[in-house]
Amino acid sequence: MDIGPIFRAMTRNKLGVILIALQIAFTMTVIINAIFIINERSRLMARPSGVDEANLFHLVSVGFGEGFNEEIAARDDMEMLRRLPGVANASVVNAVPVSGSGSGTGVRLTDDESSPSNFTAIYRVDEQAIDTMDLDIIAGEGFTIGDVRNRQRNSEAVSDITVLTETLARDLFPDEAVNDVVGNTVWVPGGIPLQVVGIVRQLQAPWQNNTIERSMLVPENVIDGSSMYLVRSEPGQRDRVMAEVEEALVAANGSRIIRDMRSLEETREGTYRIDSAMSTVLWVVIITLVFITSMGIVGLAVFGINRRRKQIGTRRALGATRPQILGYFMVENLLITGVGVTLGAVLTIAFSILLTTNFNMPAMGWHYTPLGMLALLAIGQLAVWGPSRGAARIEPAIATRSV
Amino acid sequence: MPIYYLRLAALSYKRNPVLSTLMVLAVSIGIGAYMVIFTLNYVMGGDPIPHKSEQLYHVQLDISEAGQDRQAPVQLTYLDATALMESAPAQRQTTTSKFGAILEPGNPELRPFSILGRGASADFFPMFDVPFIYGGPWSGDADDNLEQVVVLSRELNEELFGGQDSVGEQIRLHGTNFTVMGVIDDWNPVPKFYDVNNGPFDSGEELYIPWPLLVSMELSRSGNTNCFQAVEGSGLQAFLNSECVWIQYWAELPTAADRATYQSFIESYAAEQNALGRFQNDLSRNRLYDVEEWLIEEEVLPDETRILSALAAMLLAVCLLNTIGLLLSKFLGKAPEIGVRQALGAHKGSLFVQHVIEAGFIGLLGGLLGLAVASFGLEGIKILLGDDVMMTNWIQLNVPVVIVTIALAIVSTVIAGLYPIWRACNINPAIHLKTQ
Repeated sequence: MDIGPIFRAMTRNKLGVILIALQIAFTMTVIINAIFIINERSRLMARPSGVDEANLFHLVSVGFGEGFNEEIAARDDMEMLRRLPGVANASVVNAVPVSGSGSGTGVRLTDDESSPSNFTAIYRVDEQAIDTMDLDIIAGEGFTIGDVRNRQRNSEAVSDITVLTETLARDLFPDEAVNDVVGNTVWVPGGIPLQVVGIVRQLQAPWQNNTIERSMLVPENVIDGSSMYLVRSEPGQRDRVMAEVEEALVAANGSRIIRDMRSLEETREGTYRIDSAMSTVLWVVIITLVFITSMGIVGLAVFGINRRRKQIGTRRALGATRPQILGYFMVENLLITGVGVTLGAVLTIAFSILLTTNFNMPAMGWHYTPLGMLALLAIGQLAVWGPSRGAARIEPAIATRSV
Repeated sequence: MPIYYLRLAALSYKRNPVLSTLMVLAVSIGIGAYMVIFTLNYVMGGDPIPHKSEQLYHVQLDISEAGQDRQAPVQLTYLDATALMESAPAQRQTTTSKFGAILEPGNPELRPFSILGRGASADFFPMFDVPFIYGGPWSGDADDNLEQVVVLSRELNEELFGGQDSVGEQIRLHGTNFTVMGVIDDWNPVPKFYDVNNGPFDSGEELYIPWPLLVSMELSRSGNTNCFQAVEGSGLQAFLNSECVWIQYWAELPTAADRATYQSFIESYAAEQNALGRFQNDLSRNRLYDVEEWLIEEEVLPDETRILSALAAMLLAVCLLNTIGLLLSKFLGKAPEIGVRQALGAHKGSLFVQHVIEAGFIGLLGGLLGLAVASFGLEGIKILLGDDVMMTNWIQLNVPVVIVTIALAIVSTVIAGLYPIWRACNINPAIHLKTQ
């Protein structure tokens, strides 16, 4: 196919070329960056929390009235819940991963409070919690019932041992093997030393930031007016167990209320709601744009073909085959889209740099831009296919007719 | 004449309905999508209390370590909040924090339930223009004397007292009787500027009590608490004396002079504390922010809507480029008609006006349909966000947005039409007359 005449014909209709090329360029910029944002969000949402999310649920028990003793109520509740059929284990915790709310602290290797610290989430839990969450202990051991201390509200840490996540252990002790971290001492504010007794493979912090993999567990029971319970059901029985647990807790003690009962899956869905809404909105934008741009390509192609019906007829009369006519318009579109995606590549990269510098987004992978260019070229070819076939069907006889 | 041109525009629409409808669709989708995002930005980034936002100031005191260049704490410690409350020179000022408690309704048919409440000073209500249905705020003395008084939200009053005037009634909160002083109407400023770091798009709390009761009754705080140094010792008093921030602090300073006086008070307070060994960071970080400055400082407008507004602008651009192409086809297709009009004596000026009106007509239709697209889109976003993670009842078309939508649709279509219009006005009539 000779590109020369196609190119020269295009220069006679510069505006049409520019309009389509600009549409392609903007469409590509939006689509590629939107897909990158969607992928980025899905990646964040797909990070496992380290706990058995499918079978866990949590609730808060808040006492009222004079006779309520939180410590005794929690102990009785745990005894009752752990015996309930379908309950694998239950624990009193101060926070739940993925939920967005919890406690954090700085942790150091010395008691010198002016030295830099590593920020970490701190879970204050009972001795069963590591099993309730279904965490993998990769070094050392968990807690025993004798380790658990009661911690009154507004007081300092009272425990003297801790379990760290592997990431936190590596961040604190970069030069030591994970096994060797066990037995070391770390310090939390207030000059309190905690001996590391175990390491778990993974336990996400409750919040979604760049310290999400740093968590520590301490065997403490916080007495502050309300207790959070985390319950793991036997596989597949969660929904039934949730209903039964609520009934059993209400029946067991009338001077408290049960609130915020949710499965961890519901909690996750709520925490990432804005991210999933963002993804859906971006998909709608992508589909709308592809549709509008395709319509634009079709519209201008039909317009261009209709203006040139007579010339097409003449070419056919002079011996051009149908595939040659079809090819002419396909190649014309390829050239126009080519200009568009080249401009689009520049805009796409510029916009992604804007996102990286202004919105804490990571840099876009190099493969997005070339793949996007190919996709837009394909969309252009698909859109122009119909009108081009129409052009190819124009009869040579049209050349002999006057309008 | 304009009426005649409008009729011509309508006729022209009918003559070429597919092309015209495509144009209207392109304009409506572009404008509609842009308006969805514009509405989100307009409200989320808007001024929640426009008539007073320049008189209300958030007080920031920096207790972070020396040399710390991250953002200063957004809340105050108990020590500083009570010291300011005691002696800072403001017409009105308030401490405020969120708490959770159990409410036992007097009505034995209702089970006790947990509520989210807000501790506030008496000044909170007049400062923020909180609207009352019944009664009013408590007096300043009630704050000082730890009186057990409460202001209910309309919804809670509905639940507890069937919406009746409940002033003087008793409710039992956290095991203590409270007297109802007033009931407020629905009051949900967006963003919730007075407590932005505890859910800037959350709805207001269910009831309000004098803030000092949070401490005296040891109610459980439900907002963010951030300790800059370990608490020394244990118990409530240790916590109150600690470098833990958990209190929002606002002052009403109507004039520039008031602001200057307050600022210099804060500066001398900071210098005093610095001498005592606290406030070791850069002292200029102890300052006032008015509502808008504060919302910007706290980056309340989410990244999502800012990114989406750039993407929506590009979507609109694509739609308008599309419209240019379509208008070009349409106007050039009308060449014979334009030739006739020119031959009959229409000069370029009137052809120009005629086509501007025709483009504007398309824009108007696109804008009207765009409103439908926008309200559909906003409903969709409301469904996507659900009603449990944030307040969404403000997500709807409002008058300024409707006006902007229609105006933007017309103006942008006319601008998109300028080149096609220019081409249409410069058609050589002879060629087109000859072929007829």
